[in-house]
Amino acid sequence: MYPSRFRYEAPHSLTEAIGLLHDGGDGAKVLAGGQSLVPLMKLRFASPELVVDINNVPGLGYHRADPDGTLRIGALCRHVDLERSELLPASQPLMAAAAPVIADPIVRNRGTLVGSLCHADPQGDWASVVLALGGSVVAQGPAGRRAIAVKDFVLGPFENALAPDEIAIEAVIPAAVGTRAGGYLKLERRVGDFATVGVAVSVETGPDGAVNRAGIALTGVGGSTIAATEAARAITGQPLSADTIARAADLTVAAARPRSDHRGSADYKRNMVRVFTQRILAGAAGHQERAA
Amino acid sequence: MTMVYEDHDDEPASDIPVRRIRFTINGAKKIAEVEPRLLLSHLIRRGAGLTGTHMGCDTTNCGACTVLVDGAPVKSCTMLAVQADGHAIETVEGLATASELHPLQEGFKAEHGLQCGFCTPGMMMAAKALLARKPDPTEEDVRWALSGNLCRCTGYQNIVKSVLWAAAKMRGEA
Repeated sequence: MYPSRFRYEAPHSLTEAIGLLHDGGDGAKVLAGGQSLVPLMKLRFASPELVVDINNVPGLGYHRADPDGTLRIGALCRHVDLERSELLPASQPLMAAAAPVIADPIVRNRGTLVGSLCHADPQGDWASVVLALGGSVVAQGPAGRRAIAVKDFVLGPFENALAPDEIAIEAVIPAAVGTRAGGYLKLERRVGDFATVGVAVSVETGPDGAVNRAGIALTGVGGSTIAATEAARAITGQPLSADTIARAADLTVAAARPRSDHRGSADYKRNMVRVFTQRILAGAAGHQERAA
Repeated sequence: MTMVYEDHDDEPASDIPVRRIRFTINGAKKIAEVEPRLLLSHLIRRGAGLTGTHMGCDTTNCGACTVLVDGAPVKSCTMLAVQADGHAIETVEGLATASELHPLQEGFKAEHGLQCGFCTPGMMMAAKALLARKPDPTEEDVRWALSGNLCRCTGYQNIVKSVLWAAAKMRGEA
């Protein structure tokens, strides 16, 4: 399969890339890892007239923490960089859990987190993870930079909030208020398949064991990434007890909108949402006890 | 080297975008003129004539087309040929020398790591990158590293054994 014909540019600076996008208008598309865009182009679901490859733009491959704990992930930071990161395991348990289950190991060598957010696939894992963490995307265009919360960035299936001449240059995860725990559990039929069910949970707890901030988000059980905001609210201000965990799991299930398909029945998926939510929260509670 | 394409359109030839790229395949320096939409897998198979890299699913699932780009395994059906500009490509043809098989190839022979052989080049390239990074992998490491490569014959058991055999040989233990 071949993509339809397009012009290709591989600029060496962001300014040049933004200029190309500006001139290209709606027909231009940014290429980073290409692990979603190239298949879409081969299937002719996407037929850009101009592809602006940003792989030659220096200084976008980073992921680093600011002194205050804010995590920044550049547009060319590959999944594999996050999988092998020495930074994430201690400070970002949810991201550290998700990185090794994105796609498959070969795709992880090319694909990027920021690109995955831009692609806005309802079955994409990173969107749930970043949503649960309250993250945002920094976009750069001719007029400068702006930050867009992920909940406002993903507008719908395969649709993001970028203007045609903006590039998503980094994802930002805010610093934790207290100690961060959580995880990502993904049910997939085999490595590389889309999630049958994915559950992302992040909780930040204070020294008294009460939850300062919580985020729960779901992959693959609705037409878009789902934030289980009621569930997160139910555990905020509470200790992670068996009761609060059960209540949060109930509310998470209520937020899911699964459909029966070849990956499983809606009831099965709802049950897996419950199991995964409880499992991650119980793990977080255990982590908290060990820390105390 | 110039690629020859099927012509299904009627625009003037001067409107067709072509880029000149420079890269290496298995250490040999190459220059090619490619349409941007040409896939790396086609550049390797049709352009360079190295047909050891197989095209299976053509949808980023099977991993049969796996090659190394600057040492990292990549599904060559999911990378544009123009993106190879300035990079080093390694294919299965680069494993053996004129007189000697690569330990991975010996391992696949010794442990019966293939039946039809279609997935084998991709398996070997993914395994080569693993062994470069981790010379003494566990069985779990091997299974993990090959989890992006599908085999419909072997059930994977003997592929895993083959890679472990090669790892031992490369460490000087076999």
